[in-house]
Amino acid sequence: MAAPVSACPACVAAPLAEETASGSYRGNGGEAKRLILSLPAIYCAACISGVERGLAAQPGVRSARVNLTLKRATIEADQSVEATHLADYLTGIGFEAYELDSASLSSTETDKRSRDLLMRLGVSGFAMMNVMLLSVAVWSGATDATRDMFHWISAAIAVPAIAFSGQVFFKSAWSALSVARLNMDVPISLAILLAAGMSIYETANSGQHAYFDAALSLTFFLLAGRFLDHRTRSVARSAAEELAALEVPRAQRLTTDGADETVSVSDLSAGDIVRVVPGARVPVDGVVDTGESEIDRSLLTGESLPVFAAPGMALSTGEVNLTGPLTVRVVAAGRDSSLHRMADLVAIAETSRNRYTSLADKAAQIYAPLVHLLALAAFLVWLWISGGDVRLSLNIAVAVLIITCPCALGLAVPAVTTAASGKLFRQGMLLKSATALERLAEVDHVVFDKTGTLTEGQPEPDNLDSIGREDLELALALAQGSAHPLACALRDGARAAGITPAQLTLVHEVPGKGIEGNWNGQIVRLGRAGWLGAQACDQTATYLAVGAGTPVAFTFTDALRDGAAQAVGALRAQGMGVTLISGDVPAAVADIAARVGIEDWRAGVLPEEKAAAVAALAEQGRRVLMVGDGLNDTAALAAAHVSISPASALEATRVVSDIVLLGRTLAPMGGAVTLARSATRRIKENFAIAAAYNMIAIPIALVGLATPLAAALAMSASSISVSLNALRLR
Amino acid sequence: MNVLIYLIPASIIMGALGLVAFFWSLKSSQYDDPEGDRHRILSDRWDKEPPPE
Repeated sequence: MAAPVSACPACVAAPLAEETASGSYRGNGGEAKRLILSLPAIYCAACISGVERGLAAQPGVRSARVNLTLKRATIEADQSVEATHLADYLTGIGFEAYELDSASLSSTETDKRSRDLLMRLGVSGFAMMNVMLLSVAVWSGATDATRDMFHWISAAIAVPAIAFSGQVFFKSAWSALSVARLNMDVPISLAILLAAGMSIYETANSGQHAYFDAALSLTFFLLAGRFLDHRTRSVARSAAEELAALEVPRAQRLTTDGADETVSVSDLSAGDIVRVVPGARVPVDGVVDTGESEIDRSLLTGESLPVFAAPGMALSTGEVNLTGPLTVRVVAAGRDSSLHRMADLVAIAETSRNRYTSLADKAAQIYAPLVHLLALAAFLVWLWISGGDVRLSLNIAVAVLIITCPCALGLAVPAVTTAASGKLFRQGMLLKSATALERLAEVDHVVFDKTGTLTEGQPEPDNLDSIGREDLELALALAQGSAHPLACALRDGARAAGITPAQLTLVHEVPGKGIEGNWNGQIVRLGRAGWLGAQACDQTATYLAVGAGTPVAFTFTDALRDGAAQAVGALRAQGMGVTLISGDVPAAVADIAARVGIEDWRAGVLPEEKAAAVAALAEQGRRVLMVGDGLNDTAALAAAHVSISPASALEATRVVSDIVLLGRTLAPMGGAVTLARSATRRIKENFAIAAAYNMIAIPIALVGLATPLAAALAMSASSISVSLNALRLR
Repeated sequence: MNVLIYLIPASIIMGALGLVAFFWSLKSSQYDDPEGDRHRILSDRWDKEPPPE
């Protein structure tokens, strides 16, 4: 572990004291800085104390607190402390960590909303319990003045509680009504307000029935559903925000006097020159001005082999520069870039998905009109039977509205999705969209992308065994100085095979071509086929030439992503069709398809063709799950019924997909589909339970036999059985 | 029945105390990290640090 530079000499002098009295550092007197790190891999008590103790031992750190729910660490530190140092340190001691842009995280806002909901839930719960207790006295036979007194006390508790807690529904209902639309909150608000209003009127007239308890328990159960729903989504939202905060769109612009300045990508205009250092992403569409290098296009096109870049070559936003520094003349930035054109393609594809109606909406479309018509009919019929007794008729109509239990409907979906997304989150899958679970359950065909999805996007050498030891030693000596992915893979492979590097002199990298060195007076080169005059083979390969000898080829295959074969196997076992569609060359695609066990594959497919292929499957009546990570997949991801992308994908891609895989492994995918199916089954069962209660309760209410006691029993029983059913989810 | 004059206010005040306790727990951000708190309670490390907020 390298000790970071510290602004506090005492910390360096007494690291041991720091360790034992972790968290006791009070800062150097300067203003504290707040840093946020993302910790996607933490899950246990040992992780919490490991991370907190590790961070507290770092010089300059005043305090560190892990939030396991959000998988995040908040750190207070001196101004001199860099978040990247801390993230590197944590990754070094075994806790994968990423720096987050704390400015772009609006987590405080969602926290506030969640607290607000919890506060309203608490108030309605308190009021409900007290009014229920008072109601017990009325149900057990209090009469006359005693009953009136209990009713008045109930009213005194219920009215302010409803006014405070019910605002959530009233506001939403009002905003829907003011644009002449109906949503689920309109019948809810109507039921709550009518029940409370009717009860006050009855109490004032010394009536027998007051529904304060029912109005409050309705508010309480519905708020509980709303809170669960919000909680689930805010965890997902904050994790999605985190992924966005990982990428900061900046570029290095060259000024007229040759100096660099860091500017936001949106400030660039055509004709500017930007510098792209090795390892950086090309921030704009442009043409190479000076320099030579190799470019990794895998995220845009799916090609796993880097391409050579020289002055005059066109580059697109999102490509990665590998070996040499380049300067690029901007052709298009921001709105005009290829990235943005891709977004247009996505927008077109997405319109088809917006037509999906969730189960909750379907239920509300049946429930709302039916219940209101029933209540209205009850009112009119009783008005006719009783010969114009408005008070009696209104009482029965309100009883119908209350007893139909929209609370069970309000809990049916959130209780299940909370349980399911909690389970998925623990397996490393993040549900971004509210209806993703339902759509995932309907899937019967899976389309995979290759590069970066089924594979790591990291090559590994596959023919080291057939190469002589001397060549391996030379290759290792040349490769160990380079950051090129093939060189890194070769280095790791050779070291793992126990090879020691040969002694070379004058090793240097020739950008865009390869690495060159001097060995016993001979020039040795490792690099592209064209540079060495070698015959290029159809596989990903790099070549070694000693002097004027025949070049030796080192071939590579893309390493399979962990759990890829397992996921494909699990999905096939569930009877789903699996297709592999890639933009890469046929040989590479066929190899991967054979390794994971996919028979149906297509290679050399353009982005638009990918989307078209997915749409064609949809036209055949298939519900397609698209799994992809590249920009070339975005349109296909949007066109699919539901989509998954790994966390390593570009932001533009993750935005489009419904589910993000947080870990490196694909293994949880098979289980996720099964879980989604059982979750959807639970949701439907919940609706069936709610409907069954209503079948019994509505006739009782219609004939005028419903009492507040019956309403309270039906409401609690249906809400509790729905929640218990959701908890059965496996 | 006169006992109700004492009992009803008493029960409501006790309920209100519970509500105040709930508000306090909400204000001191005890519901922000339920997942972590359930692990922390098992940790033997002395945790005197309030969350940095």
